[in-house]
Parts: sequence; structure tokens; C-alpha cells
Amino acid sequence: MIFRHKTGSVTEELALIPPSKLAIENVSKSFRTSSGTVLALDRISLSVAEAEFVCLVGASGCGKSTLLNIIAGLEKPDSGRVLADGKPVTTPGRERLVMFQESALFPWLDALGNVLFGLKLKPNLTNRDRLDVARYYLELVGLTRFERANIHELSGGMKQRVALARALAPNPRVLLMDEPFAALDALTREQLYGDLQQIWTSRRKTIVFVTHNVREAACLGDRVLLFSPHPGRIQEEFPIDLPRPRDINNVDLAARASRIMHALKSFGQTEAAAVAK
Amino acid sequence: MKRLGLAILFFAFLVALWEWAFRARIWSPVLLPAPEQVAQYLKNAAEDGTLFHATLITMRRLLTGYLIGIIGGLPLGLLTARWKIFHDTIGTMALGLQTLPSVCWVPLALLWFGQSEAAMLFVVVMGTLWSVVIATDTGVRNVPPIYRRAALTMGSKRLHMWFRVILPAALPFIVSGMKQGWAFAWRSLMAAEIFVTILTGFGLGQLLHYGRELSAMDQVIAIMLVIVVIGLLADKIFFSPIESFLHRRWGTSP
Ligand SMILES: Nc1ncnc2c1ncn2[C@@H]1O[C@H](COP(=O)(O)OP(=O)(O)O)[C@@H](O)[C@H]1O
Ligand SMILES: [Mg+2]
Repeated sequence: MIFRHKTGSVTEELALIPPSKLAIENVSKSFRTSSGTVLALDRISLSVAEAEFVCLVGASGCGKSTLLNIIAGLEKPDSGRVLADGKPVTTPGRERLVMFQESALFPWLDALGNVLFGLKLKPNLTNRDRLDVARYYLELVGLTRFERANIHELSGGMKQRVALARALAPNPRVLLMDEPFAALDALTREQLYGDLQQIWTSRRKTIVFVTHNVREAACLGDRVLLFSPHPGRIQEEFPIDLPRPRDINNVDLAARASRIMHALKSFGQTEAAAVAK
Repeated sequence: MKRLGLAILFFAFLVALWEWAFRARIWSPVLLPAPEQVAQYLKNAAEDGTLFHATLITMRRLLTGYLIGIIGGLPLGLLTARWKIFHDTIGTMALGLQTLPSVCWVPLALLWFGQSEAAMLFVVVMGTLWSVVIATDTGVRNVPPIYRRAALTMGSKRLHMWFRVILPAALPFIVSGMKQGWAFAWRSLMAAEIFVTILTGFGLGQLLHYGRELSAMDQVIAIMLVIVVIGLLADKIFFSPIESFLHRRWGTSP
């Protein structure tokens, strides 16, 4: 399924839009800190279609992680709600797996054990099945040889690959990724962009991907949503209709990225002006 | 191999120094027997079974008390880590009692339980329990929240969360607490055996005590040596492998 198709009559187009997988409705969240109350999210609404890849971009501190955690069910919004397949999200669950920025791999398990962790919580599988699935995903991320490795023996890039395998293994319909590649070097990142696009294309996942890297967002997303800080709001939306797989160094992609960057900077300035007043 | 050689050399040197001090008559031979006399005592005590018997009795008391301390301490530590009310009450009590040197329990135990096995068991349990409670509590509190969050999104909750995430994540702390508990248990048992002079079972502490009563310095020194060796063995056989496993897994330096 491809969305935001060519053209056609409005009704035709409406008929083509699949029901949204995730619906975020008027979500607000504030935090009380020592320096006062911070409005991290201000009435955010957003819907994500089945098998869509949406990127959230914004400066750090603008509430991206907070929104992702609320979608995951790890945090509760002050007001508004999140629907997954039309049902309100109240608790975390394995149909919406999160991949965090820092490696959240468990050091008491080896690489294979980590990938198996989520699978063991899935009922109706034999242990043999679980092992096969775990090995399949380790192979997918190219780490078959390291299944017995301790976590600290892996490089940063390998850790994130294991984390990706762990997130994919229970076959969640929705994958929530919070700056998963931010701590990696450019070369490793580029490889992972390729891997992730390939996995997304072949497994038809719905992905919400948070990043502060505009190019990364333009490379991966069907849509890029721009967040503005204080209070966190969705400021602008950029559809990216470039063919896949996309290369991060592609010229067209760079042009899109610089347009997004420009928008990002412009409201950075208006905010600075507002503060100066 | 080289390290082992150096260690052997070091201990040989200590024995030689001891032998020299004995021959030079720096102290009276009553106060400082020759290494050979001590070895002779050990040989006799080993042959007539005294040593074996005393070690067995001591180890039985130690392990019983230690296990009770751990079995009680782990859940208490989990409770104090999980609920504020337990932290403020049991946690505070544990913190206070942990600072109490375990020999201080002996007078109380003697008055409560008399000269009995129960008195010794009580002292050992008190020596172990509180440090296990504190270590478990600290370990659980230090589990990085991200592990919990990651596990939650994979569908882990309640008992699964406790047994598959929080306890394993806290394991390094818990093991060091168990090691400290072991050291405390060992110290408190020796104190108890020296003070509680019951006739039903002679442990190493009692042998030490009667060595003093008889002014049998070779016995005193020999038993002290045995106690040191048991402490070392416990560390090398039990704790070292666990610790080096944890260091390998976690990638922490030993
Ligand atoms: N647990 C928290 N307690 C207090 N303030 C928080 C908490 N989590 C986030 N915030 C605040 O909310 C805002 C948004 O944070 P976050 O969602 O982490 O931003 P981002 O992921 O975009 O960098 C920030 O100002 C941050 O300081
Ligand atoms: Mg963040």
C-alpha cells in the first residue's frame, strides 16, 4: 500500500486512504520541574496510517520523546488520548514496541537472549519457533556470528542492530523509534538506513521515528512532521514522495532536507524574537 | 603460574620469619610455639577427627544462619525497594542494625535463648540479614529505569518483571551484599561460638575458646589458621566465580 497517491477525484482519494493505525487526539502533557511547569506537548493531533513511516523532527527538548512515550503507553497524557486500531492506549504492550536512543539491551543476557526476551513473552509459540525467529532476525541485522556475545563486547552500531532485532522479533505492527541512530557514526548510520528501509518495505510495519537529524528524516519518512518547542506543537508537515530505497546522499533528498531545515530555523528565529521582546 | 609462585614464596617467607622468631626466643615458647608444634596439633586434631567434626559443626551453623538471612533478606529488600512505607520503616531499621557490630547481639542472644544452638543461629542471622536487605534495596533502586521501560513495551509485567528484569539487573549489587553478609555471618558466628560454651557441639570457635582456657597456644594458632583458610576457600570457591561471571557479562573490571 502506498499513500498520498497521484491525484484523482477527492472521493476516490478518500476511499484510498486506509483507516489510521494510530490516532493521536489533542494530546497535552506538562511536567513540573524545579524551574516551573513545562508544557511539553500542547494539543497534539496526528494520525498515522497502516504501514506508514512517519518522522518527527525537532530540536531537543521539544517533546518528541514525550509524545513517543505516550504513544507507547509508558506515560499518560494530561488530556487527550491515543488510539491504536481504534482502541485507547492505556498501558504499554508488545504490539507497539519502542527502540530507545541509548541501548536498552539487558547486560545479563547475551545478544540472542536479548532478542529472545520479547519472544518468550509471546504465547502460542514453541521454544524451537522462538529460537528460529530470534536467529532469523539476528541474521537480518547481520549478527549471526555474535549471538553468544555479551552486550558490552558489541560496538555501538552492533548494539543498536541487536536492539533493532529485539524490537522486530515479536513482530509488532507498530515500531516506535526514539533517535535510535543518534549515537552512531555516519558510516554505520548509513548502513542502518538501508537495513531499516529494506525491513520496513518487506515487513510492512507502521513506524514512528523520532530524530533531530533532518536529512535522516527526509531519507526515511513518507512524511516528516516538524515540531516546535515551548510549547511542543506540530508546526509543519512535509510529504516526501521520493522513490525507495533512498540514499541519504541523493541530491533530491538533500533539497527536501534543506527545505525542512529552513523551516526549522525560521521558527527557531521567531522564538528567539519572542524571547527578546 | 608466576603469580602462584610468588604467593607461595611470600607465605614460605612468613613461616620462615615465624620459625626465626621462635628460635631467637623473642617471646616465651608458651606464647609463640614453633610452626612445627602448630602443624603437629593440626595433624593430631585431623587424625582424631576433632578438626573435621568442629569444622562440620561450624559450617552447619554458618550455612543455616546464612541461608535464613538470605531467604529473609531478599524479599525484605524487595519490599523496601518497592514500597515507600517499608523503606521508611524496615529500611531504616535495617540501615541502623547493619551498623551494629554483630558481636553486640551476643549478650542479647544469651539472655533470650540461653547457652544454646538457637542463640548462635540468632546471632548469625542478625549478622547476615540486614546487609542482604540493604544490598537488595540498593540494587533494585539502582536498576536503570530504561530496562523497566524496555521490558514493559515487550509485555513484561509483575512477576515476570521482578524475576526476569529487576532481580537480574540488580544482581551485581545483590551478590556484593551476599558477600558482605557472608563476612558478617562468619565473624558473628565466631563471636557466638567463643561466648556460647554449650556442650552439644564443639565448633571451631569453641576449640579456640578452650585453647585459651588451657593456654594451649599451638591450638589457638592452629584454629585461627583453619578459620582463615575456610574464609579464603569460601571466597575462592563460591564468590570469586560468581563475581568473575558478572564482570564478564557486564563488562565491568574486576
Ligand atoms: N520526566 C520529566 N520530568 C520533567 N520534565 C520533563 C520530563 N520529561 C521531559 N521533560 C521536559 O519536557 C520537555 C520535552 O522533553 P522530551 O520529550 O524529552 O524532548 P525531546 O525528546 O524532543 O528532546 C523538555 O523540556 C524536558 O525538560
Ligand atoms: Mg528525546
